[in-house]
Amino acid sequence: MTDPVISIEELRFSWPSGGEVLNIERFDLNAGERLFLRGPSGSGKSTLLGLIAGVLEPGAGHVNVLGMDLAKLPSARRDRIRADHLGVIFQMFNLVPYLSVVGNVTLPLKFSPTRRKAISGDTDEEARRLLARLGLTDAALLDRRVSDLSVGQQQRVAAARALIGGPEIVIADEPTSALDADARDRFIELLSEEAARTGAALLFVSHDASLARLFDRAVDLREINTARAEA
Amino acid sequence: MKTILSLAWKSLMNRKGSVILTLLAVALSVALFLGVDKARTGAREGFDNTISGTELIVGAPTGSVNLLLYSVFRMGNATAEISWPTYQKIAHRDDVAWAVPISLGDSHRGFRVMGTTTDYFDHYKYGRNKDLVIAKGRRFEDLFDAVIGADVAKELGYDISSPMVLSHGLGKASLGSGHDNRPFRVVGILAPTGTPVDRTVHVSLEAITAIHVGWETGAKNPLADTITEEMIRSFDLTPKSVTAIFIGLKQKGTILTTRRAINTNPGEPLMAIMPSQALAELWSVTDVAERALLAVSIFVIAVGIVSILTSILSSLNERRREMSILRAVGARPGHIFALLVLEAGLVGFLGALLGIALIHVILAIAGPIITAKYGISLTGTGLSVTDIYTLLAVTLAALLAGAIPAWMAFRRSLADGLSVRL
Repeated sequence: MTDPVISIEELRFSWPSGGEVLNIERFDLNAGERLFLRGPSGSGKSTLLGLIAGVLEPGAGHVNVLGMDLAKLPSARRDRIRADHLGVIFQMFNLVPYLSVVGNVTLPLKFSPTRRKAISGDTDEEARRLLARLGLTDAALLDRRVSDLSVGQQQRVAAARALIGGPEIVIADEPTSALDADARDRFIELLSEEAARTGAALLFVSHDASLARLFDRAVDLREINTARAEA
Repeated sequence: MKTILSLAWKSLMNRKGSVILTLLAVALSVALFLGVDKARTGAREGFDNTISGTELIVGAPTGSVNLLLYSVFRMGNATAEISWPTYQKIAHRDDVAWAVPISLGDSHRGFRVMGTTTDYFDHYKYGRNKDLVIAKGRRFEDLFDAVIGADVAKELGYDISSPMVLSHGLGKASLGSGHDNRPFRVVGILAPTGTPVDRTVHVSLEAITAIHVGWETGAKNPLADTITEEMIRSFDLTPKSVTAIFIGLKQKGTILTTRRAINTNPGEPLMAIMPSQALAELWSVTDVAERALLAVSIFVIAVGIVSILTSILSSLNERRREMSILRAVGARPGHIFALLVLEAGLVGFLGALLGIALIHVILAIAGPIITAKYGISLTGTGLSVTDIYTLLAVTLAALLAGAIPAWMAFRRSLADGLSVRL
């Protein structure tokens, strides 16, 4: 078995303002795995994603991404790792309002030469191809301002952006909470398919336990996080 | 950096409305500043270029600036004149190489008429010792010959042999008070000089006397109209007085002693001035006002820069989300900082550029109007190093101002991480 792409050991994190938010003994995400991480709001899942993305620094312990311990790296290095190896999908408002649909999708390539090099041909072509796979084929739609797209369409653009250039890890923070049930299942299906195709491991975070059935494995954050939650 | 610059540009384009307003604020402030500066240096150069080669100007005692303004720039009027014998005395001084008398006080359809001698065309110089050139025709010889400046010819549509009637006084249309029975004839047209010479009608000193026959008391003698041309020609037309004298010296070194000698002339009180010194005196008067204007316009530029700052600061909150998206796709906090600084810098740069274009358009329109009114052409108003420095300074100031919101966004992007609680 290959090494996990994310491996967390003895992680502790507190906000400067007070109580401990996270205390995780062990958490792994394996290569190519599709993992459902369940956590209600306030359970510290956004904090956990911030730590994995390298924008937050753990108080103690290790956050290994692709074998590199983020806690030991300077922030510029962590930014580099995030740019090169991580795709992120937010709950909503995922897109930069002044960029076109294709411009939004290719944005990570501007910050990561590694991901840019992973694409052999034209980057705009690759963006359109990814968008088409995610069900956005209408040429007129691609020319619209991103703020004119429906939430479901915006989330697919965000998924294409997270996947472009084949990062090893895609993390999604409640990406379907603004979608209705049909759109939600369809979105997860497409995201899973594409992640499988590019070989990306998918870390999907949601409070909605009913989604767990769509994934390889499910973990409940409340079970692995022993920090005493404070109101 | 190219990525960030392109992001900054697209972000600005996305907020066109407010960006254009800010751009205009900067452009207008820059145009005001450069306008003041160019008007000031342009007017100075224009004035400085009007007379050269004349070492002293002699007139009746008055302010030196006043004497310079009415004798050279045809602005204002002489309060007193110099008698003819005094003129002759000065002209025959040993240290004087040449003395050209001028007589002012009449006009022709809004253009000043100046009586002088033909020596004027030899000795009056402008710019860097440039001679007056008769573009067409010849100098005046006959009593009723007139040599006109380039603008007079152009604006009144005069050519060689055009008849002209000179009027007493300086009104644009001197109805009823005209010297109707003194018909003059254009015999020469001067090449353009960019000085008040272009707007002057030159006649002989005798002609000035002639047009005043019948006006000796200052009002029209009822019999004046009965005096015919032939009768005038038979009169002794030696002038009784002149308005001012332009003097060239045999040796420049004597300028101060000559001036003192003239200033302390026994008998008729006189005043001799050095044109460049009188101009310097004029500038020292206007300098305070110019500096005040420049200071005000610099403050207006500061207001323009502050408006850039305001527009970026006010957009910062709603752009918090955008910043965390950029962070998520791999932007470093430094990128966020650079993005906002570049946005401010771009607005400053484009605003200043627009301002420079604006002031050049304004000067291209206003320049000829000023020249038409005062005979002074604003020179050196083209693209200058001042323009470039202003462009750089405004851009730099905008970049620095942009550092404030950039720093706030920088700090925030570190604190916010990936999740923004909206």
